[in-house]
Amino acid sequence: MGGIDASVLTISPGRPLRASVTTFGALVGSGFRRYATYRQATIAGSFTNIVFGFLRCYVLLAVAAGAVGGRPGGYDTAQLATFVWVGQGLLTVVGIWGPPDLSDRIRSGDVASDLLRPVAPVTAYLAADLGRFLHAVLTRMIGPLIVGAIFFTLAVPTRWQTVPLFAVSAVLATIGSFGCRFLINATAYWLHDARGPLVLWTLSSGLLAGLYFPLRMLPEWLAVTLWVATPFPGLLQTPLDVLVERDPPVQQAGLVLLQACWAVALLALCRLVQHRAERKLVVQGG
Amino acid sequence: MIRMQDLQKDFTVRVKAGRLRREKRTVAAVDGVSLTIERGEMVGYIGPNGAGKSTTLKMLTGVLAPTSGEVSVLGLTPVPQRTRLALRIGVVFGQRSQLWWDLPLRESFRLLRHVYRVPAAEHEARLRRCRSLLDLDAFLDTPVRQLSLGQRMRGELTAALLHGPGVLFLDEPTIGLDVVSKQAVRSFLAELGATGDVTMVLTTHDLADIERLCHRLVVIDHGRVVHDGTIEALHERYGSRRSLVVDLDRPLPDGFTLPGATLTGVEADGHRVTFALDTASAGAAVAGLVSAASVRDLSVVEPDIEDVVARLYASA
Repeated sequence: MGGIDASVLTISPGRPLRASVTTFGALVGSGFRRYATYRQATIAGSFTNIVFGFLRCYVLLAVAAGAVGGRPGGYDTAQLATFVWVGQGLLTVVGIWGPPDLSDRIRSGDVASDLLRPVAPVTAYLAADLGRFLHAVLTRMIGPLIVGAIFFTLAVPTRWQTVPLFAVSAVLATIGSFGCRFLINATAYWLHDARGPLVLWTLSSGLLAGLYFPLRMLPEWLAVTLWVATPFPGLLQTPLDVLVERDPPVQQAGLVLLQACWAVALLALCRLVQHRAERKLVVQGG
Repeated sequence: MIRMQDLQKDFTVRVKAGRLRREKRTVAAVDGVSLTIERGEMVGYIGPNGAGKSTTLKMLTGVLAPTSGEVSVLGLTPVPQRTRLALRIGVVFGQRSQLWWDLPLRESFRLLRHVYRVPAAEHEARLRRCRSLLDLDAFLDTPVRQLSLGQRMRGELTAALLHGPGVLFLDEPTIGLDVVSKQAVRSFLAELGATGDVTMVLTTHDLADIERLCHRLVVIDHGRVVHDGTIEALHERYGSRRSLVVDLDRPLPDGFTLPGATLTGVEADGHRVTFALDTASAGAAVAGLVSAASVRDLSVVEPDIEDVVARLYASA
């Protein structure tokens, strides 16, 4: 086997950063292609998002019609419609209910293959999730947005910084969502199965991220506590508030900064948990 | 290349004791294994189910932390230096896949090139070689989930070799494969081993893999090494002998003996007898028989490694 030798390999040894970026990019690409394989699932998912979009939108508009001054939580009706329809698109982009790949692989023991790669598992999983994010931005965002714009009046951003801030916020929300899901799934390292924590996550994330109703409808002290003390509002509520310009410019940027802090903290925690898990890991099966 | 010193892995299991109480009990999956494997060796690592084979392999690859003892592979300590080690070893788990389920093989290979940071020319050369030796071309563009087990296994082998590892760990690489696929995998590994560049550790339940590929055989049972040596040494140690099966026109006369051989079986009313060859050569035994009885047919049967190993497992 002349072609296969025992030499240690390096790609452009003088530029480790560039090599890391290439590796990360390739992993992002793999995440993208994995999702691009399932076209019917993409269409079916978008359809479901749209159906629920109508449901949520009419409920919120009904609430607005009954509210004092017609501005529940400080949103006007165009802002509420935007909140719902962009939210329906963003739901899969951020992927708060993404597939439980990690816990499945821990349960089956396939996680061993992840550990046998020269890339840290948190990095590899994050890259794949960003690939999923890119795919969702291109396919899942557009459907609800078009339907929402046809049937309702949506709010149009008035500040120049809103759209770029929204883009940054959406990426940070995705990283935050990835971090939370990684941690929930990683409980399988200790519990062998993460189904319990995942059910808890599904319930709490929908409620606390602002999917069921905008968190601004809560008493202020509670909303502030949620924002500062938990990562949940940063997963969905923050990017939507940024987009509909719910707050003055400084607070708009501040919310994104808070999101960034949570994203960094969550990734650090993922690394720590993964490191701990590797020390006590029991790989299932022979 | 690979060094293990008093390697130990304990697992804690909880056993039901009474209605609500559960007791903790410690089970040693690997119990003080010491082995040294040199560069270019092909070692068969066998043992009954639950003997500790896979556990050892997991510790060697850095997936599992040993409870105690020392282990080094290519001069690295597997668990703390796992990612560095990963660049230099290849691993194939027969019962798991390291390929991306949703992607075609070609994509998986391309991705592996980036993950392992292999220069394009080296990658191409290795892939070309694997493609011709393992006949990959017909299914290179099929998603992994649609491949047959034999095809997937060939893909797995390629995936494990594309970064040119110095050590290859194979955990039951032929499990579940049909005869043709098994042959393909074995001859590929044999050719790879013949270069002497790659050190291989192979666990299997199919002893034909070992006979075909490995000079050295390590048998492990209950976490301990019970044999370490050649297959011949194993036969010698457990007294396995060649045997002579003879079909006769008439049964042998009572009290017939063959010098240097033992009568071990009589079938078909004495028309078929089996002798185990202790010291006699096959030629001498045949000559002795032909002079004393009317022989219709005969065959010399080589000792069966399955029998030896079955006896070894049963006695351990």
